[in-house]
Amino acid sequence: MKKIFALFFAGLVSTAALAEDAPDALVQRVTEEVLEIIRHDKDIQNGSTNKVIDLVDKKVLPHFNFQHMTALALGKEWRKATPQQQQQLTVEFKTLLVRTYSNALTSYKNQKVVYKPFKMAPSDTDVLVRTEIHQPGNKPVQLDYSLEKLDSGWKVYDVVVAGISLVTNYRDQFGQEVRNGGIDGLIASIAAKNKSLEANQKK
Amino acid sequence: MTKSLGLSPMRMGRHWALGALLVLACAGNALAEENQRDPYEGFNRSMFAVNEAIDKYAAKPVAQVYDAAVPLPVKAGVGNFFANLGDLWIGANSALQGKFADAGVDVGRLLINSTVGIFGLFDVASELGLEKHEEDFGQTLAVWGVQDGGYLFWPFIGPRTVRDTAGFGVDSFVDPVWRVRPVPVRNSMVPLGFVDVRASLLPADKIVEEAALDKYAYIRDAYLQRRRNQIFDGRPPRLDD
Repeated sequence: MKKIFALFFAGLVSTAALAEDAPDALVQRVTEEVLEIIRHDKDIQNGSTNKVIDLVDKKVLPHFNFQHMTALALGKEWRKATPQQQQQLTVEFKTLLVRTYSNALTSYKNQKVVYKPFKMAPSDTDVLVRTEIHQPGNKPVQLDYSLEKLDSGWKVYDVVVAGISLVTNYRDQFGQEVRNGGIDGLIASIAAKNKSLEANQKK
Repeated sequence: MTKSLGLSPMRMGRHWALGALLVLACAGNALAEENQRDPYEGFNRSMFAVNEAIDKYAAKPVAQVYDAAVPLPVKAGVGNFFANLGDLWIGANSALQGKFADAGVDVGRLLINSTVGIFGLFDVASELGLEKHEEDFGQTLAVWGVQDGGYLFWPFIGPRTVRDTAGFGVDSFVDPVWRVRPVPVRNSMVPLGFVDVRASLLPADKIVEEAALDKYAYIRDAYLQRRRNQIFDGRPPRLDD
């Protein structure tokens, strides 16, 4: 009897978790929350990098798996890196991605996000959620998210704009840096890039 | 010392030059081996540098002036006008790839936008739910099984694979803009189309500048990914990592 109760309870909990965290619903909820904030924030609309990074930090980043993103960007070399190098690289790559693509959010002007029909099997642990950005006078732009299921919920590990993966687009550049200066050389180049971007940013 | 080796200073110089050439050739080979998709990387990087200069001093400033001076409805109209002219050829390519339903949509778009949409200035068809497709002859060649032949970077037209360069040649040949008469009207339409395309890329400039460790490689890889996506109509099969 106890067992049945336990099972029943476990079932309840897991359906509740699923209902909350279906990957397509997650993408939609986070997108709408973020856009709602931008629509009401004049500073972000005027290009405040600090404020938009702050917003992305709070609302978006908890749903990303940067370790996986960095591994994907680096490819085979990832396994040759020490845990410490992996961690440093993840930190620098995260900073670079967040800074460059958060800035893109500041140019948001009433574009509409359309969520494409989504289907998944209950056992799926790796899915693609497809959306489209519609803007007047322009062709819609495809914007897709790859998500994986972890213990902590669904996490985004790749973002694909018009067919271009923002993560794997770094594969050759990272390979080039690693050939020239090893993993440490790569870490140093991204860190240098981040420094120069920070120095030039609009407050 | 030189004498004992039997080399005069001049021959020595020649040897040096030869050695340097050998090193260059080896470096070139090594680079080519490193990236099979970019066998002409040396040539491409020099063309890229040329194009960056043209862009910095001519194309981009003109596009920026256009973007800032022309009100949004006019810009949208210009974009729609050229897009509408393109729909007939897009339809032909859909048909050549065996996508006849798409071809029907493309021709329907042309008819609606040329009439109700006043010579294509308004994209009424999209609002009626007739989605615009992205097709060109390079994609048709790809669907027919032609390999891409390696990546190339051209001044003015930018990135194209060998196959897409051929495709672009055919696309340009059939482009109705070249048949517009009188000639002065045509001569102002061609650059307008160019400026319209360049202006539409302005927002991407900043992201590329900020995101790229190596701008050349970033643009190359983005172009190749994007083409693959277009060829598979937005649903490319997954690549194994």
